[in-house]
Amino acid sequence: MVPVFFGVTLVAFGFIRVLPGDPVEVLAGERGVSPERHAELLAQLGFDKPLWQQYFSYIGDIFQGDLGTSLITNRPVVEEFFELFPATAELGLCAILFALIIGIPAGIIAAIKRGTWIDQGIMSISLTGYSMPIFWWGLLLIMLFSNTLNLTPVSGRLSFLFDVPPVTGFMLIDTLLSDEKGSFLNALHHLVLPSIVLGTIPLAVIARQTRSAMLEVLSEDYVRTARAKGLSTYRVVAIHALRNAMITVVTVIGLQVSLLLAGAILTETIFGWPGIGKWIIFSVFSRDYFAVQGGLLLIATSIMIVNLIVDLLYGFINPRILHQKSKS
Amino acid sequence: MALLEIVNLTVDFATATGSLRAVDGINLTINEGEIVAIVGESGSGKSVGMLALMGLLPWTSTVTADRISFDGQDLLNMTEKQRRKIIGKDISMIFQEPMTSLNPCFTVGYQITEVLCQHFGGKRKSYNKKAIELLNQVGIPAAESRLNSFPHQLSGGMCQRVMIAMMIACKPKLLIADEPTTALDVTIQAQILELLIELQQSHGMALVLITHDMAVVAETAERVIVLYAGQQVEQRKVKELFDNPKHPYSEALLNALPERAQDKLLNAIPGVVPGQMDRPKGCLFSPRCNYAQELCSEEKAPLKDGILCHFPLDLSKSRKPKAINVETG
Amino acid sequence: MSTTSNASTSIRVQQWQEFWFYFSASKTAVAGLIFLILVILMALFADVISPHGPAEQYREFAKLPPAWVEGGQLQFFLGTDYAGRDMLSRIIHGSRLSLLAGCVVVVLSMSIGVLLGLIAGYRGGWVETLIMRVMDTIMAVPGLLLALVLVAILGPGLLNAMVAIAITYTPSFVRLTRASTLSELNRDYVTASKVAGAGPARLMFISILPNCMAPIIVQGTLSFSTAILDTAALGFLGMGAQAPIPEWGTLIAENRDLIMSAPWTVTFPGIAILLAVLAINLVGDGLRDALDPKLKRS
Repeated sequence: MVPVFFGVTLVAFGFIRVLPGDPVEVLAGERGVSPERHAELLAQLGFDKPLWQQYFSYIGDIFQGDLGTSLITNRPVVEEFFELFPATAELGLCAILFALIIGIPAGIIAAIKRGTWIDQGIMSISLTGYSMPIFWWGLLLIMLFSNTLNLTPVSGRLSFLFDVPPVTGFMLIDTLLSDEKGSFLNALHHLVLPSIVLGTIPLAVIARQTRSAMLEVLSEDYVRTARAKGLSTYRVVAIHALRNAMITVVTVIGLQVSLLLAGAILTETIFGWPGIGKWIIFSVFSRDYFAVQGGLLLIATSIMIVNLIVDLLYGFINPRILHQKSKS
Repeated sequence: MALLEIVNLTVDFATATGSLRAVDGINLTINEGEIVAIVGESGSGKSVGMLALMGLLPWTSTVTADRISFDGQDLLNMTEKQRRKIIGKDISMIFQEPMTSLNPCFTVGYQITEVLCQHFGGKRKSYNKKAIELLNQVGIPAAESRLNSFPHQLSGGMCQRVMIAMMIACKPKLLIADEPTTALDVTIQAQILELLIELQQSHGMALVLITHDMAVVAETAERVIVLYAGQQVEQRKVKELFDNPKHPYSEALLNALPERAQDKLLNAIPGVVPGQMDRPKGCLFSPRCNYAQELCSEEKAPLKDGILCHFPLDLSKSRKPKAINVETG
Repeated sequence: MSTTSNASTSIRVQQWQEFWFYFSASKTAVAGLIFLILVILMALFADVISPHGPAEQYREFAKLPPAWVEGGQLQFFLGTDYAGRDMLSRIIHGSRLSLLAGCVVVVLSMSIGVLLGLIAGYRGGWVETLIMRVMDTIMAVPGLLLALVLVAILGPGLLNAMVAIAITYTPSFVRLTRASTLSELNRDYVTASKVAGAGPARLMFISILPNCMAPIIVQGTLSFSTAILDTAALGFLGMGAQAPIPEWGTLIAENRDLIMSAPWTVTFPGIAILLAVLAINLVGDGLRDALDPKLKRS
């Protein structure tokens, strides 16, 4: 993990240096600067020093929690990131929850009913979900549920009618903490479509993986043993097989985190969701390169942390790993 | 009355290339407290027949029979739910691969007490004492601390002992042991067999021992059924079969025993059990049979006195078999 | 032994037959393949079959609905956009770009990835460590984000988008090839050809590579479909093909504001993406089932 972290710092560091042209020119954009001001800015940003010195001072800054300042808002990148992070985390969690709640049962049913039309139906739907261009899927759902049926809001996290003070940054929790009546439901309402859109591909992946993991597990000797014990089909499937199948599915969920963040870029853009994805797109477009640089590092780091958590969870549900660790 | 009676059991598997008959009309009667061995090479359908009885075959299989009755109950026309009340309680089965037959995600204690809960109800915890008792019975040292072990922490022999403990927990009337020692070390094999016989006697249960090892049959069983390519070729008392095998296949199996080998050579049976594609027209054993005549490859063998052969042997006439010699090692 | 070459060709034919036997067992895979072939033909003959030029504007027919809706005209079967361009023609021409993007991305990432993976697996040592660490770093950043950043460096455009996406796909090929190479490396046939005096290049490309191809081909097919999706996504975000190029993602982006007044301009390009990707995924699943010996048994 540590080498990867430094790898990412190299990428983030290199990013601004390989931009075509002089960094200050790029940063100044079309306005242009006088030669004196140009040199002054270069020195101010530390771009006049040799590359390795620049890199070390960059690493030094990182460990002091300084990832530079946004050129647009003039605020520290770290501050902006953590302000927006809960919005993306909330959306991501809801999306993965949606994917799990539907995907795992669908996968199990498909595995049990293998070869039947139920299996084929579930697998066709999930392959369609897997093939979905989610930016279009989002627009389609907005068209249907928001514009035509008027069921869900088009964008944002909460109606402007409510004034909820940010405490945790998670709108569902904040609205519960505030005394604004109906704000929780309103927040939930705003979450539905984005979560479905963001959860679609993970849902498809989880359903497919659950099915294949279940099929593999159901042919294992210990499932035969469980049936030989006279256990009910429910116990055989839900206790003996599922527990083992989940070991593979959890790793797949871990792999979804990266995809989820990529999906968040599109979903947040479509739904005007004020999170990391929309912020980084905005930064790319407005040539706020320090924000992009910092965001890149922070996003990669958060993915690594989530994967670490998934690894720990994996050890928790797989006794074989647990005991290997406690022995060593 | 017989404990278990199977008449004309047939099992077919649907495969990508057509239907495969794994068990072809076997008949089996087992009395209470009796040890019966079922022998045959790999692929002769000995496990499949018993798995069919237990209802453990995969969904691609079709099981038909004229009659399967156990302890006066008709297993054939029973619902799944009714059958599950008998399976694991009155009939139970242990398997070939002890290491993979236990669920890696659950402790030994959980897996033993679970079967007790299933058939006698109550809380799982209340059976902990019983589980310790069972583990002691099957010769697991420090049984109490083993309750919280996971299968991967145990050796193969230990796992098989746990399997046996689990399967005798409800005091079954019939225990089916499907090659229980094949995957184990030679020294452990004898111990496990000894344990099974001991339990069979102390519990007074019937034991079906599926094996491909004639030596095991000689040591343990009273009666033996020889299967070949899904067909029952001979059914005799063990002593009679060893003294005077009637079916050429039985004789070949006996000749393959190391102690019957002449010089340094083992008497292997040439060829393999026919599969789906190379099923002979006449007697299924005819291509590998030392005594095969023209008729054998033309017509299916008739069943006479429990022997499926055109020309049953009679060793009292003392025909010297022409053995095919294969070097050992 | 004089029939060796004959035998080997007949084995190859047999392998193909066996492959086709397993592949054609899945009706959906065959359906996907047929649809994919149709899309390829559509892309090849776009100029012949599309009723109008992709950029031709019929100002007087702007925002015309599809033919079966009231007010639609048969000559603009799927309707027209804000500038009166025929949607059907634009989508047909868009298939060229999407298929091209998919091909370029797969060819680039696969050739680089397989080469690096072979080297990493074969050489081992610091070369392997270096390659794998670089790949880990690329994988640490979400693919689309990395592609976006790369396009920001290279400048927006279809070609740059393809290169950027290809870079983000490389690690999966490297990992796959390295893993297969490592498992093949200790096989007897590799040792045999080493003993026979084969050099590293021959060992890597002639001995080892063909035996690792099955998972690589499957991964390639799956990458082909995600490449189309990602190219469209970049196009949608304005970082890929630039309007008025009729790339499918770009089509959705340029008509996004018409979602209320002319929903067909958004719907049909999306359906085109969905169907093309779905067809490729069906073929990919069929390939995996046919090439993966583990799944053949069931």
